[in-house]
Amino acid sequence: MAWFKEWLNPSLLVLSNGKIVQPKRSPSVIIVPTLIFLVLASAVITEVDLWVLLKRGYQFFVIIGRMIPPDWAYTSTVLKPLIATIMISIIGTLLGAFLSLPLAFLSAENIIKNKWILNINRGFFSIFRTLPVLVYALIFRFVFGPGAFAGTLAIALFTWTIMTKMMYELIETVDMGPFEAIESSGATRLRAFWTAVIPQILGQYISMILYNFEMNVRSAAILGYVGAGGIGMLMNEKLALREYDRLGLILLFLLLTVYAIESTSRLIRERLN
Amino acid sequence: MSEKILLKYKQAPKTWILNWAIVLSLIFVVYLSLPYIEYNGIFEQGSKIALNIVKGIFKPNLALLVDFSSKDAVPYLMLETVAIAFLGTLFGAILAIPLAFLASRNIVSKPVTHSTTFLIAMIRTLPAFVYGLMFIRVTGPGPFTGVLTLGVSSIGMIAKLYVEFIEDLDKGIIEALDASGCNTIQKIRYGVIPQLMGNFVSTTLYRFEINVKNATILGLIGAGGIGGPIMFALGGYRWNDLGALLIGLVVIVLLIEAMSVRLRKKLATGQ
Repeated sequence: MAWFKEWLNPSLLVLSNGKIVQPKRSPSVIIVPTLIFLVLASAVITEVDLWVLLKRGYQFFVIIGRMIPPDWAYTSTVLKPLIATIMISIIGTLLGAFLSLPLAFLSAENIIKNKWILNINRGFFSIFRTLPVLVYALIFRFVFGPGAFAGTLAIALFTWTIMTKMMYELIETVDMGPFEAIESSGATRLRAFWTAVIPQILGQYISMILYNFEMNVRSAAILGYVGAGGIGMLMNEKLALREYDRLGLILLFLLLTVYAIESTSRLIRERLN
Repeated sequence: MSEKILLKYKQAPKTWILNWAIVLSLIFVVYLSLPYIEYNGIFEQGSKIALNIVKGIFKPNLALLVDFSSKDAVPYLMLETVAIAFLGTLFGAILAIPLAFLASRNIVSKPVTHSTTFLIAMIRTLPAFVYGLMFIRVTGPGPFTGVLTLGVSSIGMIAKLYVEFIEDLDKGIIEALDASGCNTIQKIRYGVIPQLMGNFVSTTLYRFEINVKNATILGLIGAGGIGGPIMFALGGYRWNDLGALLIGLVVIVLLIEAMSVRLRKKLATGQ
């Protein structure tokens, strides 16, 4: 237990010049018990049951095993909703990205000097940003009925909120020299923004759109679960019917699509930067 | 002076062809995808529902919002959501450590790196939701399923970021420890852990933020947290309950975000 005592109360050290110092207590004295407490409390709240995991955990791999080999004959049915999923994310991303530009303009500290406009805009968007896509989709499904339209709107709204933040943070880092030069020559703020700021951020704007598109393909894939179009509906159905070989095919296609989109997008983004 | 400017203008690269090509191809893509976005008009009573949702948010069910004793009330659901995210993130972060070391070019040989990187990419590609739907078949509905789901789905991103830090390890420190006669465990304790700890914790906190958001959607499949009650409130047309739940969701995400940003800033600046 000597190390434990030393850990709690480090003993005095004598330096070579005869000075006696008290070493600082390690921060882990506080961190470790807090962490243990948090883990135990969370385990109680979330009803962690390791016994069930030990007893039934292998089932997860049984399900994966049943997906192999996938049911290739099912390909023709999968393709259409898969394309729909991609289209939902394309339209949603573009819509959100376009809308984000004016709002980012209105939320950038170096462009808009009115504190009220800034804070209202930012507060509004930071509240909307917290809601996950699926919650939006769920709500829109009730308003517009089931189908891809609700999903597209959900993706667009989500992209709008997140891209607005990314964009105004970006706008705040640009070189303001050209902007001030143009403004002082008599141009309006909007005109100066268009001529001086847009060229500086365009590359990163496109790269952000691509990044959001990557994320959105992944979320669009699950929108179907709440009836908002795309491949998720099919996925949910196959899981409920336990047709794991068909589910395997869906997941394989999804994996390939996301992987292909991510690689292309990364390639373009690397060239842009 | 102005002549110089005009000359510069003339010499500027002509980009309008490329710009128009990009715009036209975008329009073409939008045109192609329109048939997939079937717009059927607003659902009957859709506008009324939308109005009710907004009303519900401004007039939330206060009894549900501030009830600290019931397990079905907002405070407990918020706590449960955070607990799921916390344990899930921790679980994922621990599982990610060995994978990250196995994917680092300065630790293991090339074939091992490639296969582990591929595995990490595979895990990362599938949305958390899909894992949730699979885990629910294994451990049944409940928050524990949420923990497992978040754990597995976090591995991909966490491991990918860990790899970057491991590959940046400063070998000089380890060599210096070696030269002064330290054994392997001492080298790890004083050479490797101090270099990685801050970045690892920071990454894990970042993922925790994301997982709090993910935990809210896991409820939709019955894996605990605030998502399930949101779905039921919508389905049951209980707008005031929905308002209370949405407020809870916003508060919890904002709180965790603020806390995580502060902690990460502290870790980055070391104070």
